[in-house]
Amino acid sequence: MSGVKNLLATRWGIIGVGAFIGVLAPLLQKWGNPGNMGICVACFERDIAGAVGLHRASVVQYMRPEIIGFVLGSLIAAYLFKEFRSRAGSAPIVRFILGAFAMIGALVFLGCPWRALLRLAGGDGNALFGIAGLITGIWIGTLFLKGGYNLGRAEKTHTSVGWLLPLTMLGFLVLMLIYPQIAGQPKSGVLFYSLKGPGAMHAPLIVSLLVGLGVGFLAQRSRFCTMGAFRDLILFRQAHLFTGLVTLAVVAFITNLIVKQFHPGFAAQPVAHTMQVWNFLGMVLAGLAFALAGGCPGRQLFLAGEGDGDAAVFVFGMIVGAGFAHNFGLASSPKGVGPHGIAATIIGLLVCLFIGFTMRRK
Amino acid sequence: MSSTVDARGLSCPQPVLMTMDEIKKVSEGEIEIQVDTDTSKENVSRAAESKGWTVKAVQEEGEGYRVIIAKE
Repeated sequence: MSGVKNLLATRWGIIGVGAFIGVLAPLLQKWGNPGNMGICVACFERDIAGAVGLHRASVVQYMRPEIIGFVLGSLIAAYLFKEFRSRAGSAPIVRFILGAFAMIGALVFLGCPWRALLRLAGGDGNALFGIAGLITGIWIGTLFLKGGYNLGRAEKTHTSVGWLLPLTMLGFLVLMLIYPQIAGQPKSGVLFYSLKGPGAMHAPLIVSLLVGLGVGFLAQRSRFCTMGAFRDLILFRQAHLFTGLVTLAVVAFITNLIVKQFHPGFAAQPVAHTMQVWNFLGMVLAGLAFALAGGCPGRQLFLAGEGDGDAAVFVFGMIVGAGFAHNFGLASSPKGVGPHGIAATIIGLLVCLFIGFTMRRK
Repeated sequence: MSSTVDARGLSCPQPVLMTMDEIKKVSEGEIEIQVDTDTSKENVSRAAESKGWTVKAVQEEGEGYRVIIAKE
């Protein structure tokens, strides 16, 4: 009965959504996005933090329309299928901190789980260490979940609470239209734009926005989640979300082969470094933070679009975390980890362990 | 006798974890799980079916659903 109502939540549905993202992410790269970064939720939220000046790393400043589209696409799907439910109040401060450290961990590796898969699909062998770290972090998270870790219940709340992040994203889009990029200028009105580096590489606004809306719509319906994929496999031996994740990687690999974007190797991969211990540990931190917060960064955007105020707080945590990551020299670059990236990773892991050990019910 | 699991307001994967715990505890009979999102409704149903339980009914109630699962 429920299966008829939501075809996208079936096995073939999740496979279809994985394939959709697997085709479009490499194409976004072909249309202008950075190497192996057709879609990267962490990198793109970091670019948004740069666009509004929360950090001033001049090479990563751009108001990424994909992120705006993810949230608004999910909002549209949630309303169309009567699933929009405003809810909030499940330990928001914890979600903010988890978001901030998830971002820091992801920026030590240089990618969210989505980009880890896309990097692998583009031939970047360093991604293997990141994915291994991601799985390890999620595995640690499942141990906490088994031990009774629980952030408590969210409460139903005013509809307008659930609108705040979508409205913020709409505001970001309006800013982009009022202050469009001017060739050769690092700033347009209040928005910062990169003149070189990954922040200067982007598909046309309308293309990015439409792909974002499409992905947001489909991911809301299918509950696509890269963290949940590994978590459910480890915790429940359930491969439902995992089939979507594998489809994404395989289809992205095939698409890369077709559009000649597959370049196997470890050295000189786009927006990547070869310090494997920190590729691994950065993603252990991110994976653990995602597991403790109940969703990968993409999923948090889709949840926020369907009214989850706690997921919205996680998103803001990630954006602020990106500010810290670049202002404090925590983020990596193709040369390797930042001057304080190692310290931040260790502190982040300790914070996550503190949260995991002390926030248990029973 | 049927037992009840109240998973309303809890985020992923708590509703499934609580359902699995209850399935282990009672091993057969009927369990009613209260959830407040469609995602939880789908996840709980899928998890129960993977453990050999059948979803007998899904009833809308207030702001959420009552998922009733059973095993003979």
